[in-house]
Amino acid sequence: MEIKKTGVAGTMESSDIIVRIEPKNTEGVELTLESAVMQQYGRQIEKVIRETLEGLGVTSAYVNAVDKGALDCTVAARTLAAAYRAAESKDYVWNGGSIR
Amino acid sequence: MSRLRRSMLFVPGNNPGMIRDAHIYGSDSIMFDLEDSVAITEKDAARFLVYKALTTLRYGKKELVVRINDLSSGLGVADLEAIVRARPDVIRLPKTDSAKDVIECEREIERIEREAGIPVGTTGMMAAIESANGVLNAKEIAFSSKRLIGIALGAEDYVTDLKTTRSPEGIELMFARGMIVNAAKAAGIMALDTVYSDVNNEEGFIAEATMIRKMGFDGKSVINPRQIAPLHKVFTPSEKDLMKAHAIMDAIAEANARGSGVASLKGKMIDKPVVARAQYLLEMAERAKTITVEEV
Repeated sequence: MEIKKTGVAGTMESSDIIVRIEPKNTEGVELTLESAVMQQYGRQIEKVIRETLEGLGVTSAYVNAVDKGALDCTVAARTLAAAYRAAESKDYVWNGGSIR
Repeated sequence: MSRLRRSMLFVPGNNPGMIRDAHIYGSDSIMFDLEDSVAITEKDAARFLVYKALTTLRYGKKELVVRINDLSSGLGVADLEAIVRARPDVIRLPKTDSAKDVIECEREIERIEREAGIPVGTTGMMAAIESANGVLNAKEIAFSSKRLIGIALGAEDYVTDLKTTRSPEGIELMFARGMIVNAAKAAGIMALDTVYSDVNNEEGFIAEATMIRKMGFDGKSVINPRQIAPLHKVFTPSEKDLMKAHAIMDAIAEANARGSGVASLKGKMIDKPVVARAQYLLEMAERAKTITVEEV
């Protein structure tokens, strides 16, 4: 997936995260993260963002995330929304499945 | 007996905090909303959020419902593509005007179930009726699909269509409620009432809940967790009702033991409908008790 423009998703509300994805001229995903729970969950949030982008085939992007205590599923959802917006794509892929 | 649907809690689909906490309030069903509570610019984000929540979080045995956007909005099919694959129990179709709306939605659900390898027919549906035309078509809507677990009244759009407004007494909804509850019961599915928007008027809320239970509705949508406990109280049989129901069942058992086809209680004959009502009441109480125990 090619990042074509700036894509943002999420809010500053508690339990949410804002993810901003921008185009980058060189390979690699450069991630900056701010979180109120950086010490405890910083690495996990970064892992979820990177894995989500990897799943979409995003190999080049600047990513800035401001976390307000989001669960992993919210981090993934906001990253997906920001990436699709940044790629100007609506070719969503839903993998399905449920752990219930 | 089918599950209890006394309360269906609306949860805005783009609110991660409410999605996370939705199961703690004790409603019988949780309804994630992709329609009116989500801004048009955030439809994609809400879809991702609800999809991820449904496929990741555990909500115990709660019934999970997702209200999609109607198919004519251009958003409904995109909602279904995501949500059917996330395997909720029920998809709520808003703004249902005719059987055709249900059938079209069902066709899309079935296509996605096949594509995703989901057993066809396992995704339930409910249809919300929100227009004068929809109310007049309540019967054909209620009979339109085997997937339907119930039909619901959406009052805000309905009163707008009638060119009136909502009142605390709900006189403007009497015809719609009557049509919907009759159509649902004729089709053997549930009738679910609209939200009561004035969350600070608990007295009014209880009065409305009492009235719709009396009319035959099975439950009601709620927009605030505060409304769940009083609603369940209205829809849970009282001790007095239960004692009477037990007495009826005992009298029937005794008559059967005597080989008599006629039973009476305190001088009143007990006929078949009386027994059916007593049985239903006891089943409802049993279900409510089971749910309470599960939650503890």
